[in-house]
Amino acid sequence: MANHHRVELVMGTAISIDVRDEVSGDALDEVVAWFHHVDETFSTYRPDSPVSRLGRGEIDLAACDPDVQWVLSRGDEVRRATGGAFDMFASGVLDPSGLVKGWSVEVASAMLAERGSANHCINAGGDIRLRGEPQPGQPWHAGICHPLVPGRLTVIVAGRDLAVATSGTAERGHHVIDPRSGRPASALASVTVVGPELTLTDCYATAALALGLDGPEWLEGLDDHDAYVIDAGGHAWWTEGFGRHCPTVATMARPALLQRR
Amino acid sequence: MRRTAAALAATVVGLWLILTFKSTPTTPVAISGSTGTTAGPAGVTTVPAAGPPPPDGTPTTTPATTGTRTLTGDVVSNQYGDVQVAVVLNGTKIVDVKALQMPFDRARSQDISTQAAPLLHDEVIQAQSAQIQTIGGATYTSDSYAQSLQSALDKAHG
Repeated sequence: MANHHRVELVMGTAISIDVRDEVSGDALDEVVAWFHHVDETFSTYRPDSPVSRLGRGEIDLAACDPDVQWVLSRGDEVRRATGGAFDMFASGVLDPSGLVKGWSVEVASAMLAERGSANHCINAGGDIRLRGEPQPGQPWHAGICHPLVPGRLTVIVAGRDLAVATSGTAERGHHVIDPRSGRPASALASVTVVGPELTLTDCYATAALALGLDGPEWLEGLDDHDAYVIDAGGHAWWTEGFGRHCPTVATMARPALLQRR
Repeated sequence: MRRTAAALAATVVGLWLILTFKSTPTTPVAISGSTGTTAGPAGVTTVPAAGPPPPDGTPTTTPATTGTRTLTGDVVSNQYGDVQVAVVLNGTKIVDVKALQMPFDRARSQDISTQAAPLLHDEVIQAQSAQIQTIGGATYTSDSYAQSLQSALDKAHG
């Protein structure tokens, strides 16, 4: 199988694009350019980005790029769908980063698929979209870092068409706020969600982290998504269907729901 | 056993860096045992690439047979420790990235290891890690990694 691999430092992180098909070099250039476009448009670290200007009320949403309008509209839908647990205004100012990263990777994966790549993996700072296979007959395997023990994995997810997003309290410079209390959520160390596409999967991981100990039951009720959770004390729990994506827990007895200790 | 686990953990990190950032991955990279990994007597783990890292901030150029050169990035600290990488360039193309330092918090990991359902079986991970193509979670590490890598690349242009 042919290989194209690119690592790009953009959107405040390292994005790895691993294509296992024969595609023209242009396809990867297009994807890299796309991520830079997203960075310039949505960055909250660039004071002159459209999203920063929008957040300060200097421009109207109607004057923004259709992508910005779409992201804000989608973010509002997700806020309602999660009962407010996912909220782009949780910190008091507009911050669509929680949706933009997953969405931009999902778009990039679709771009590669359109250019003839049925087999690729895009990893944006630990949030992953997998398609096809790395080698014929073998699914992709993604190791998930233990949130409390640097350098060690906690679980391995396998899949052929899957989004894998992890949200954790250890994320540098990015506190997830529990919108009910307005304070940083701290009961869970990390939430890994698997689903059919990365936009919603990533939002669900953030929402569940914000919900703290109420997160697991909420995750169990989601359609088409499964999850693996580690609480602040290092105790693991996973949804009933998670074993379908995870050879490492498929044969294990599922632990009881996480509790306040 | 703990020492073995610590060495394995460092190897897995090294493997991740190889798999995630190697510019031309081909077949899955085999785990190289404890090559390049040293577990100290108290389980302190370091991940040297090929000898001790040079002094911080010193651009080092290692001539190689095929016109490649190695540039060492800055040490970037996060809440778990220090991250430092070296980048191997052939012309302007990245052909390899090596981890010189990765964080490993021994005291905290031992505390976690005594918890009820902490780390998933090391044996299972060992058996499967040769097949892992990518790593999720751990933004803290990848951000520090990206910063150190960027500083190494800046030296290439500086």
